[in-house]
Amino acid sequence: MTDQQGSIPCSEAVKQLWDYLDHAISAEDQERVETHLSFCRMCCGELEFAKELRSFLASNEAQEIPPDVKAHLERFVQEL
Amino acid sequence: MRRADGMRDIGVQDRTKEAFQSMAVGELPALYSLAHRLVRDGAEDLVQETLIRAYRSFGALKEEDAGARWLKSILVNVFRDELRKRARSVEELPVEEVEDFSLYRTLVEVDPLPYSDTLHLDFLRAFGKDDVREVLMRLPELYRAPLVLRYMDGFATKEIARMLDTPLGTILARLHRGRRRFETEMWAYAEETGLLIGEVRR
Repeated sequence: MTDQQGSIPCSEAVKQLWDYLDHAISAEDQERVETHLSFCRMCCGELEFAKELRSFLASNEAQEIPPDVKAHLERFVQEL
Repeated sequence: MRRADGMRDIGVQDRTKEAFQSMAVGELPALYSLAHRLVRDGAEDLVQETLIRAYRSFGALKEEDAGARWLKSILVNVFRDELRKRARSVEELPVEEVEDFSLYRTLVEVDPLPYSDTLHLDFLRAFGKDDVREVLMRLPELYRAPLVLRYMDGFATKEIARMLDTPLGTILARLHRGRRRFETEMWAYAEETGLLIGEVRR
């Protein structure tokens, strides 16, 4: 995507997307990312995918503890 | 008795052993799940070592209801110490190796699910719990741990830096590289295992 005056290139915008979603970048950087997103459709797609991937990871099912391991660890706790 | 960190090492004498046991048993599933995401083998050993360490310092725990977070934090400490003990030199990935890959763009270009209207979501949905773990295990521990703790267990980056005893800036850099590496490995895993074949036929 062609860069526009005063904005940042795609590589820079993509690098900051997850921190942008976390509100973990400065107000200035946030504005730069938003300016870039306002004209770059590909990076808007990257942003949507970053959101999907974050929510996918957050909702990843926890590994159930196997019954024998659970029983063993419970015994371990009782014997401490 | 005073410990190096200035806290009184009162062990369990000021609290009942039963209180610790009851809390610890209730948290075993969550502890095991976190350990299982952090290490390929030895999740049970990691939990055991956590329980020993937690039992010793149970007296330092102020809030009963902070127990879950406290136990997880001890587990991460144990994991960090084990990692250091092994003294395996885990090298940082060269920036250029991880910066270039974009899973989003790769999916757009390759279009592995031509009949899908929601290509990116369907790609993610093809990954079951075990597939995600396999991809995680392909990441060096240096990158896997911050990723798991931040995005799967919801710890704040500052907490992660404290638990892993690593500067915040380093954690942020590892999170960035870890995310890129995770995307790279997701794509490689899908290709190698034929994960999308069933999805294409759907």
